Amino acid sequence: MINMFNVTEVYDSSGTVALDGIDLQIEEGEFVFLVGPSGSGKTTLMKLITGEVRATDGTVVVNDFDMTKIKRRKLPKMRRTLGVVFQDYRLIDNMTVYDNVAFAMRVVGAPNREIRKRVPYVLDLVGLKGCEKRLPNELSGGEQQRVAIARALVNSPRMLVADEPTGNLDPVRSLELMLLFEKINEMGTTVLVVTHEKELVNALAKRVVTIDNGHVISDEMGGYFGDDSE
Amino acid sequence: MSFASVTIIMACLIIMGSVTLLSFNIDALIKNLEDRNEVVAFVDDAVTDEAEARALQPELEALDNIMSVEFISRDEAMENFMSKYDSSLREGIDPTVFRHRFVVHLNDIAQMAETKSAMEGVVGIAKVKAHLEYAKAFVTVRNIVSVVSLVLTIILVFVSIFIMSNTIKLTTFGRREEIAIMKMVGATNSFIRLPFVVEGLVLGLLGGSLAFLAEWGLYALITRRVMGTVSNSILSESFFTLIPFKTLALPVLVVFLGIGVFVGVFGGVNAIRNYLKV
Ligand SMILES: Nc1ncnc2c1ncn2[C@@H]1O[C@H](COP(=O)(O)OP(=O)(O)OP(=O)(O)O)[C@@H](O)[C@H]1O
Ligand SMILES: [Mg+2]
Repeated sequence: MINMFNVTEVYDSSGTVALDGIDLQIEEGEFVFLVGPSGSGKTTLMKLITGEVRATDGTVVVNDFDMTKIKRRKLPKMRRTLGVVFQDYRLIDNMTVYDNVAFAMRVVGAPNREIRKRVPYVLDLVGLKGCEKRLPNELSGGEQQRVAIARALVNSPRMLVADEPTGNLDPVRSLELMLLFEKINEMGTTVLVVTHEKELVNALAKRVVTIDNGHVISDEMGGYFGDDSE
Repeated sequence: MSFASVTIIMACLIIMGSVTLLSFNIDALIKNLEDRNEVVAFVDDAVTDEAEARALQPELEALDNIMSVEFISRDEAMENFMSKYDSSLREGIDPTVFRHRFVVHLNDIAQMAETKSAMEGVVGIAKVKAHLEYAKAFVTVRNIVSVVSLVLTIILVFVSIFIMSNTIKLTTFGRREEIAIMKMVGATNSFIRLPFVVEGLVLGLLGGSLAFLAEWGLYALITRRVMGTVSNSILSESFFTLIPFKTLALPVLVVFLGIGVFVGVFGGVNAIRNYLKV
C-alpha cells in the first residue's frame, strides 16, 4: 500500500528537482507499472519507498509507515514488509543460490527450521528448483534475477518493488520474468515495477503510471500511453 | 582485515609501551636519586643525653610526608666524619662538636619546604638542613617526563584508532555490497555490526597479547644490554637499577589488552559506519 501526496524531491548535491508534486495511491494487491523517460524520476520515487531517500516535501506512506517521519531505528521493521529487486540483481557472488536466499531470512532472525522449509518453496516458485548449490556466476542473467526475486519474496513481504528488473535481459527472459511477477501478484503481493519495455507493459495490460520531469502525466489501465523516447 | 590490523595494533602498542616503560624507568631513577636527597635534623646542643635525643624520633615520625627517620648519635657522626677525612684533620676533634641528628627521608620531595618548617617546629630540634633547590629540580624533571609520556600515549591511541579504522575500511570495502543487501532486506544495524565487533574484539586481544610478548622480549633484551654497559662503567649498579619486567608485567598486559580491544572494536565499528547509512 502506497500513499503519496504532493511529494517533492530535490537533490541537495545538484539542486535537481527529481520529483515535483507527485500524487500516487497504490492499493493492497494491485499490480502497477511505473514508466517514463530516462531521468524522469522513477528511481527516485522507488528510493522514497525503500527509505533510501527522504522526501524534501509532501507525505509518503508505505505499508502504514510514514516515511517522512520514520526513525532510522524503525527502518528495518518497515523494510521487512517490502521486497526489493534491482536491475543488477545484487547477489553475493561467493554464496550459493540457496544461501543467497536463506541469508535474507537469517538476517531477520528467522529460525533454521523455517528457513529449511521456506527457501526451497520460494526457489521452486521462481522456477529454480535444483539450482540450490550453484553460484551466481554459474547462472544466466534471467536465472540470477530469479534468485534475487526469491530473496525478495522469502520473508513474505506485503509489497514487491522492482526497478528495471529486466533491464539486462533479452525479450523472452523479460516476458518470463513479467509473468512471474504477475503470478506473485495473483498470490496476493502488491507489485510495483519500473520498466522501459513498452511491449511487455502492453501485453500484460495492467495499471500504468507514467511520469515525466518529476510529474505524473498519466495513470491509466491497460497500456503504455506515455511517450518514452529513451 | 586480520593481518594488517593485528600488525598495526601491535606496532602502536609496542611504541606506546616502550615510551611508557622508558618514562617509568626514568621516573624510578629520579626517585632513586631523590631518596638520596636526605634531610638532616640536628638536635639542640642542650640535649646531650642520647636517650633524651632518641625520644624525639616518634615526634618527627608523626609529621606529614615522612618516609623514614634514622637516629645518628654524635659518636656515630664523628666516626662517619673521621672515616671520610684523613688523620691531619682529625687532630683535636672531640665528639661534643658533633650533634645528635636524625637523617630523614621524605615521601614527596615537592613538599620539602613545608616539611622542613614542620620539623623545625619540633621542640628539641635546633636546625634542619635540606637541599631545597635540588628538590625543585628533581620535581621539575619528573613532571616533564610524565607529561611527555602521557601526551605521547594519547597521541598514539588516536593515531592507532585512525590507522586501524582505515585499514579495516579498506578490507571491508568488499563487504559494502553485502551490507547494503542486508540493510535492504531489513537487518538492524546492531545485527550487521555484531560480526565486526566480534572480529575487532578478537583482533584486539590477539594484537594486545602479541604486543605484550614482543614488549617483554624487547624489554628483557634492552635491560640486559643497558645493565651490561652500566656494570662496566663508573656508575654503580645500586645507584642505576632498571625496573624488572616481572613487576610491570600484569599492568602492561591489562593495559595492552584493554587498548587492543578498545582500538579493535572501535576501529571495526567505525569502519562500517558509512555503509550503515543507507
Ligand atoms: N544521488 C543523486 N544526486 C543528485 N541528483 C540525482 C541523484 N540521483 C538522481 N539524480 C537526478 O534526479 C533526476 C531523476 O533521476 P532518476 O534516477 O530518478 O531517474 P530515472 O527515471 O530512474 O532514470 P532512468 O530511467 O535513466 O533510470 C535526474 O535528473 C538525475 O540526474
Ligand atoms: Mg532509474
